[in-house]
Amino acid sequence: MSKRTIVPIGPYHPLQEEPEFFTLTVEGERVVDIDVRVGYNHRGIEKLSEMKTFDQSTFVIERICGICSTSHPFAYTRAVEDIIPVEVPERAKYIRTIIAEGERIHSHLLWLGLAGHFLGYNTVYMWAWKLREEILDVMEILSGNRNNYAMFKPGGVRRDIKSEDIPGCIKKIDSIVPTLNMLKKAVIDDPVLHARTKGIGVLTKEEALNYSALGPTSRASGVARDVRKDSSYGAYDAVEWDMIVTQNGDVFDKVIVRVLEMFEAVKIMKHCLLNLPKGEIDLNLKSIPPGEGIGHIEAPRGETFHYVRSDGTNRPARHKVRAPTFMNLPTYKATVVGETISDATIILAAIDPCYCCTERMAVRNIKGKKLYTGEDLVKLSQEKTEKLRGKR
Amino acid sequence: MTRSEILKDIKERFKSDILEVFDKSPKRVYIEIKPESIRIVSEYIFRELCARFNIASGVDTRSAIEILYHFTIEDINLLISFKVKLDKVKPEIDSLAPLFEAANWIEREMYELLGINFKGHPDLRRLLLPDQWPEGVYPLRCDYKEWDKKAIRDRGV
Repeated sequence: MSKRTIVPIGPYHPLQEEPEFFTLTVEGERVVDIDVRVGYNHRGIEKLSEMKTFDQSTFVIERICGICSTSHPFAYTRAVEDIIPVEVPERAKYIRTIIAEGERIHSHLLWLGLAGHFLGYNTVYMWAWKLREEILDVMEILSGNRNNYAMFKPGGVRRDIKSEDIPGCIKKIDSIVPTLNMLKKAVIDDPVLHARTKGIGVLTKEEALNYSALGPTSRASGVARDVRKDSSYGAYDAVEWDMIVTQNGDVFDKVIVRVLEMFEAVKIMKHCLLNLPKGEIDLNLKSIPPGEGIGHIEAPRGETFHYVRSDGTNRPARHKVRAPTFMNLPTYKATVVGETISDATIILAAIDPCYCCTERMAVRNIKGKKLYTGEDLVKLSQEKTEKLRGKR
Repeated sequence: MTRSEILKDIKERFKSDILEVFDKSPKRVYIEIKPESIRIVSEYIFRELCARFNIASGVDTRSAIEILYHFTIEDINLLISFKVKLDKVKPEIDSLAPLFEAANWIEREMYELLGINFKGHPDLRRLLLPDQWPEGVYPLRCDYKEWDKKAIRDRGV
């Protein structure tokens, strides 16, 4: 086939409030090339962080992401603690783990809901987001905020968890498990979901390694990598939990990994709440010596990596932030190419874009190197209508 | 292989490439190597030792432009950072993107933010900065005047 069409998605897509621009080159129904453009939301936070003190930076980087807002402070505080190096008090470790796991549950639920929405399966969307409210309530009880918890600081946590809040939280967490089970059953047994997601957008193990894919994206492809297990931090080594790994690498496996991970997160969160050790929650760090430190933690989407260099002043000399999506987004090149355009939506839905701006479609004739403008397309369409009329 | 065996192996294999080894803690090792050796060292650690490429981070210091290439070897829970120091006037280094895709985007980012030229990169375009951003202005360099807003506006950004 000689005719290739470019389908632009973005730069701002209406479903999820994230600006990104995908250029899909399609031949008929088949996607033959994809190019991703990012940077529409580049706020220069790395540079901003160098102008703030170590304490203030925690607040700035919490605003990098609204969904996994704890993962960045977690990695950053660990990087700062790695410079000195110090270990935070046990109680602070447990509180950090509780917040991080609560965030994992609500982030996976949000993704699951959106994935259902993308498939046109709005029941999953409604159920998942309704369930997410429960866990957000728990987070509000624990930290005072539904999101952007501001619990972390270099050397410990900012606020303690009151022991009288714990029974209520446990009750709420227990109450979501039956609904989670129902959701899991709905996802695993549903023939429509199977038809739309099985064998679609396969990321092979070799490609996952080549792209150094992270988090559920890599674990669905059989790459058993999880920072929580490999380089344990917080209270993860004190809890019994399983790393979820599946082998097929398709969209269905990515759903399964995330759904099953929520059960593990519930387990970890409950264990930490019930066995919260007594003691200090903060080391009260006064100054950070010169040096460099690395902090990496397992965020809901994969490993978040922070590198902080200190020159002995009260500000970081360099602060490098690497979010998991930075490594996962380029894998589209391996998963989308060769699939049909209708499946591309679901494959891209791992990071939730949407088709829009259809009027900005440009048709390119490869042989003649002709680019059709909007007027040409109107003319073509009128000619086609005329042709159809003639046939009648 | 254990941690000490792997470190010994790297030290012996790349004796002439390694300038300095800083064994910071059980989980972290910083190894400074010659810039021209980055490709063979990375290829060995990525392919033979099955390390994961975390990311690279560039820093502009007073004397040189430094890049740290962070690799994790999960089996032994070790994060190895290879440090290279590049000439400030014309920073150049071999690209790692032909070896593994994971290095593709971060090299594009360092190219635009720090002005490092990656030789042999398949697709060295801008990643984050807008198209109108002036050529030769690198926001993460020390000499970049971040509050000189007027100068940037006059260039059409």
